This record gives sequence, structure tokens and C-alpha cells, in this order.
Amino acid sequence: MSETGLRDSSLHRHLPDRLEGRGARLVKSWESLLLAVAIAIFVANSFASPYFLNAWSLSDATFNFTEKAMIAFAMAMLIIAGEIDLSVAGIVALASTAMGAAAQFEVGVPVLILVGLGTGLLCGAFNGILVTGMGLPSIVVTIGTMSLFRGISYIVLGDQAYRGYPAGFSWFGQGYVFWVISFELVLFAILALIYYVVLHRTSFGRTVYAIGNNPTGALFSGIRVARVKFVLFLLTGLMSGVAAICLTSRLGSTRPSIATAWELEVVTMVVLGGINILGGSGTIPGVVIAAFVMGLVTFGLGLLNVPGIVMSIFIGALLIGVIALPRLWTLWRQR
Amino acid sequence: MADAGTPVLSLKDVTKTFPGVTALDAVSLDLYPGQVTALVGENGAGKSTIVKVLTGIYRPDGGEILLDGAPVRFASAQDATAAGITAIHQETVLFDELTVAENIFIGHAPRTRLGLIDWPAIRARAAEILDRIDAPLDPMTPLRELGIASKHLVAIARALSVDARVVVMDEPTAALSRKEIEELYELVERLRGEGRAILFISHKFDEIFRIADRYTVFRDGQFVGAGRIADVTEDQLVTMMVGRSVDQIFPDRDKAPGAAVLRVTGYSHPTEFDDISFTLRRGEILSFYGLVGAGRSEVMQALFGITKPSAGTVEIEGRARTIRSPSDAISAGVVYVPEDRGRQGAIIGLPIFQNVSLPSLGRTSRSGFLRLAEEFALARDYTKRLDLRAASLDQDVGTLSGGNQQKVVIAKWLATKPAVIILDEPTKGIDIGSKAAVHAFMADLAAEGLAVIMVSSEIPEVLGMSDRVIVMREGRQVAELEGAALTPEALVRHAAGIGAEKAA
Repeated sequence: MSETGLRDSSLHRHLPDRLEGRGARLVKSWESLLLAVAIAIFVANSFASPYFLNAWSLSDATFNFTEKAMIAFAMAMLIIAGEIDLSVAGIVALASTAMGAAAQFEVGVPVLILVGLGTGLLCGAFNGILVTGMGLPSIVVTIGTMSLFRGISYIVLGDQAYRGYPAGFSWFGQGYVFWVISFELVLFAILALIYYVVLHRTSFGRTVYAIGNNPTGALFSGIRVARVKFVLFLLTGLMSGVAAICLTSRLGSTRPSIATAWELEVVTMVVLGGINILGGSGTIPGVVIAAFVMGLVTFGLGLLNVPGIVMSIFIGALLIGVIALPRLWTLWRQR
Repeated sequence: MADAGTPVLSLKDVTKTFPGVTALDAVSLDLYPGQVTALVGENGAGKSTIVKVLTGIYRPDGGEILLDGAPVRFASAQDATAAGITAIHQETVLFDELTVAENIFIGHAPRTRLGLIDWPAIRARAAEILDRIDAPLDPMTPLRELGIASKHLVAIARALSVDARVVVMDEPTAALSRKEIEELYELVERLRGEGRAILFISHKFDEIFRIADRYTVFRDGQFVGAGRIADVTEDQLVTMMVGRSVDQIFPDRDKAPGAAVLRVTGYSHPTEFDDISFTLRRGEILSFYGLVGAGRSEVMQALFGITKPSAGTVEIEGRARTIRSPSDAISAGVVYVPEDRGRQGAIIGLPIFQNVSLPSLGRTSRSGFLRLAEEFALARDYTKRLDLRAASLDQDVGTLSGGNQQKVVIAKWLATKPAVIILDEPTKGIDIGSKAAVHAFMADLAAEGLAVIMVSSEIPEVLGMSDRVIVMREGRQVAELEGAALTPEALVRHAAGIGAEKAA
């Protein structure tokens, strides 16, 4: 695209809304490239292992990413706005511990859910106040609260575990809505849709992009930057609470080491999904596809009996590879 | 002092252009050993650009730089330093976390035979240089513990440590107290006595006449004149600085201001401005003129809710208002087009239409949901009025020229249908064509009954566009000029405090 339309002096009089149609933009998008990668991995997996193309094993594979992806949606918005929350796994641990403690008093399932969500919201509010109220950098604050939240779980539980969740509670992590479609997968889809609408179809979502591209300019445009960021921290806390409910329900127990290192997988998923780590751009569909890519890779490698350590190497290489690819492509074309 | 032979450094027909702007248009400048040359010009005359050319930060597009008569090219700041040219900037470029000695020798530290930094030598030589300029500083003091005046001394010591033949001082007294300024003068005289060539950039006439041997005047990036200070008067210099450029034509306006829209009384800030009071009428263009740092932008940013005033009242359309944030200001009908377009004005990374609709999302959306068609319509309406040149409304504002970015920012604010629009240096760094468009548009806005405040440092623009001008100096409102009293000489005198000096 040329810098301005000065070649043709009449051009400016009829400024078109867009130069490219929907189709052209879609083809050139990061999401399309990622989708191609996902399909390639899917095909490769089905050749590599005879057990891959099976409805139930594919359904099992979705548990590799559904809970993390729920957090990743909120994290995506936070990163687009130029902040980050590394305490999400700590929030999961604390929320799970709080639910476990509540379960000891034989409360009902609705109360457990409220405890899980409430803990998530409180943790998110704590991060949000430190970052937006006191102006501290979020990366430092949430590295601190990462240890703080999980540390509380360790103090409460030590080397013990909470069990004895009520029978109905297991449905969130183990229940199926229809045939092989799990409750978690349905929740993942609903949340993906909600986050898609919020980020891409509401004025709140627009302000998130504005803040991420230029926080000063956003402030000068009358956006209440601190308030928007605070809401995003709340949402990230809340989604960590949701993930804690699903994960605790699926495992049926709470140990303080629950969801260890999830923050890195969540951030990886977000960045792989095309969210600029410096803020300002990226989409929810990208994160959805990235979730599937990561789920497929871990599941495929699992079927091939690749150990977990090697898997994390593979995920790391995939992340760097997918991000370097467009850059290499431009460099190559410039030669 | 007779004409001291040949210049040590000469710039001949040096040209530097930026997209849409010619910052330097074939200018010449000669610096003589043992003489102080004052570079004089209004804001935007090209003074900062010439400093950057001299210190190797910018490479000129045309012309040549002669060092001892031989052409040289500075590919980097290191090249300029190696050639013996050092600059002491307005805000000194030093490192707060390092010591005085480290600051003096950074980049050219003496080494031991092993190639390691020779700390004892650094300390000894730093102490020696500081002693030479009578600077009462311990070389091992961390720089952050020093005041601005002492930091200047460190910068000067740094200049001496590389044995600079040419010392560029860019408004060195801007932030100094009277006593510190006296000490600086003594130092400049000492440097002159050592045979160094000094380029002294200043807005203050008293110090130019006090310290300089020669002068060079730039205006709008062009060379206007040069000579010996002894041969000119203050008035002649002022005339050379402001002399009307003929190629700027301002729109004709019917000046008929209406009812008062904005009334500011006793507006004060602990450090930036004090006791500012004015009334702005519908259909009026009120300008704020002054030197950089006079507090004009700070007043405007307080009115827009960015900084908090400590005292004073604001009345908008007859109602007393407390403005705590930009969103308060916007809902009160006051909008601000900032000077720092890239950081505060445009949201680079977002397309044009999203920039325009950003403060108006409440109107273009329905119960929080975006309506793209409304946004495009809004953007199309306002960008068309401003004659925006772009390929499409979906284009990233970052890909537009400065002038067109400014049009997007103005369109963004007009779309909120404000009562008062404040434009801070609205045409700074934009091309002539866009300038004319912005000027014509300002006239239209005033004609439609909008109240306009313009902060500007460009005298032709202030004279050509304003109904009334408030001059600020050092945070205070020093004059209000209109009609026949509104002359370029009056503006410069009040802004620089020449009248006050004479009266005293």
C-alpha cells in the first residue's frame, strides 16, 4: 500500500472504507497461517498413530487445552492492553484450595462454585489494585502474587490434599453434554464466543486495543485507562477461578502443586495465537486455533510415547518457529 | 577582538528535509576559534536540527561541512566527537546512575595494557578537569545526586575531556538560577580564552549580548543573516528573527466573537503556571504565545484534566466545572489537540476510522456494541471536511504523513461536537499544504461558532490567525495583545522579557 493517495488528486474525495475485501484480509491473516499449521499437525498425527482418529481419544485430547484456554481468552485481552498476569496458575491453586476448604464443611455445589469464582475475582482485584491503583509494573506485581497465592495454598495444605468434593461437583470436569462432547468443551466454546464478541464487537473491546497501542493517546482520548485495565485483571482472575473449578472437578482433589507452570502455557497459547506480546493486536479466533494446535501437539506426541520434557521442547520450538516464519518470509522476499 | 581568521568549522548550504518538511534549506554557519557565536531564531527555525547535524545525529541531504577547510562527513555521533565537536544539550544527555567521573569518560575511557578500564586514571583525570573549571565536585559522586547546574558542569568537563575544539551549547541556561548562569558565563569565557569555538543557542537577548561575539539568524530553516554582535542592536535582531515570510497566506475572517463560553479565573499550579485568568468567546480564536517552557501547554493540559491545578475556577457555558480527567473535559465540551501528535494525539496502530470514532464510541455504538457503518460514516464526514489524503479509512494512521495524522486527530475531536477546541502547536512539523488546510479549517470552525484556543510558537501563525493573544513567560500571563498592539516585536519582547528588563 502506498503511503498516501497523492498520485491521484481525486482519490481523497472518495475515501473508500477499506481497500481489501473480507476475503483478502482473511487469507493474509495470521489466523489462516495458524489454521494451516493446525491442519498439518492433525494430518501428521493421523498418519503417525492409528489411535489418533478416534472420537473418544480426540475428545480426551481436548482436556489438554480447554481449562488453559479459558484463562488464555482473558489473558489475551490483558496482553493486548499492554499488561500481563503471571499469577494465573497461583490463582488456580488458591481458588482450588479455597474450594477444598469449603468442601470440608460439606457445603453444596453452588457454594463451591461461588467460592471458586469469588477467590478468582478477589485475586484479580488484588493484582488490579496494585497495577492500576499504585502504578506498579504488572510483570513484577504478578510474579510476586504468583508466589503469594500459591504460597498460601502450601501453608494451608502442606503435603496434604483436599478430597471429599460432593458427588455433583465432578460433572464440571468429567461430565459430557452429548456423546463425546464434554461440558468443558462446551464451556470453552461458549466462552470463546463471549470473548470474541466482547473484544471484537463492543466498544469496551475497542478501548482495549486503543490502550494497548498507545496508553497515553488513549488517556488523551478520554478513555478511563486505569478502569479498563482493572476490569481486565478482574476478568483474568475470574477466568482462573473458572479454570480452577473445572480442573479441581476433573482431578477430584486439590494439592498445592495444582496447575504448576500453567502461566507459561497460557502465555504461550496467547502468543502463538498471534497476540502481540507488546500489546495492541491479536484476535480471539487466533487464540482458539492456538489452543487446538497445542492440544493436538501434546496429544499426538503423547500417543507416540514422547515424554513430557520433550513435549515442552517441541512446544517451545513450535512457538519460536511459528513466530519466526513470517519474519523469515519477508526477509527472504526482500533478497 | 578582530576577525579571527578562518573558521574552524563551516557549514555550507546544508539542507535537511524530513517527509513533508524542509527543516534546513541551504543554511550556512561559521564558527571561529576563540569566539562565541550565538544562533538566534524562533522555534522551528531549524536550530535543533543544526545541532543534530553538527553532532552527527542527522546526516544532511545536501551541502557540506568543512573542518579546517577540508570537507568532512559525520556518519555517527562518534565521528563528530572524534572530530572535536561536543554538545551540551538543553536536557543534558548524561547517565544518572553513573558517577561524575564515569559520565565524563564514558565512551572514551582510558585503558590499561590489558584493555581494562583504568579506574585510577579516570579518577585522577576527572579530578584534574573538574579542578580546571573550578567545579566543586567529587568525581565519585553519583550524578543523580547533583542539581542541573552541576550536571552542566559535568557536561562541560566531558567536553574538555575529549579536548573539544567546537562546543555546542543548546539553551544551556534554560533551567539555571541567576547565580548558576553567572558561573556558566565565566566558564564560557574561559573556554573562549582557550581558543575553542562555541556555538551558543539561546532565546534570551540579554545573554546573547552579554556573551556572544558573533550571531547567526535562522528563520523557518533558512539563513537570514550573520555578523558581529557589536554591529547590531536588539531591535535589528528581533526584526531578522520574525521578519514576515511572504509565502504564507492566512484565511480572511470576520471577527465577531459572541457570548463567553469558557471563563478561567486564577488558575494556578504548584510549579508550572500561576494565576492565569481569561475569557474565551464563541467564534473567537485566542492564542497563547511564549517560549518553550513558558507553561502554555501545562495550562491547556490542566483544562483538559491531564494535570491537576492547585487553585482557580473553570466555568464552561456559564456552569462551574471541576475537570478531573479527559473524559470529564470531553463531556464538558472541551477537547485538546496535543502537540505530541505521535504519543498523545493519534493512536498509531489503529486505522483512521477507529481513531476518529474513539472518543465518540458512546454515540456510534448501541448498548455497548460497535456499529461499524456508523463509525465509517462519522470518519468519512469529518475527514472529508479536513481534506484528508489517504488510501482508505481502514489505513493505519501511522502510515500517514504528519499533516494528515494531525487532520485525523482534529477530526476525532470535532466528531465529539465540542464547545471549545484547544490546539497545541497545531501546525508544528507539518507540510505547508496541510498547514494551510488546518488554518482554513480553524477559520471555518470559529465562523461556525466554536471557541478556539491555539497554543503556537510560530509568530506568523499567531499574527495571521488570532483575534487576541495572551503571552506567557515563566508560568505567568505577562501580556494580552489585540488589534494594533499585536505586532511581532511586541510578542517577542513580552515572551523574552525584554520590556521588563528595560523597565527595571
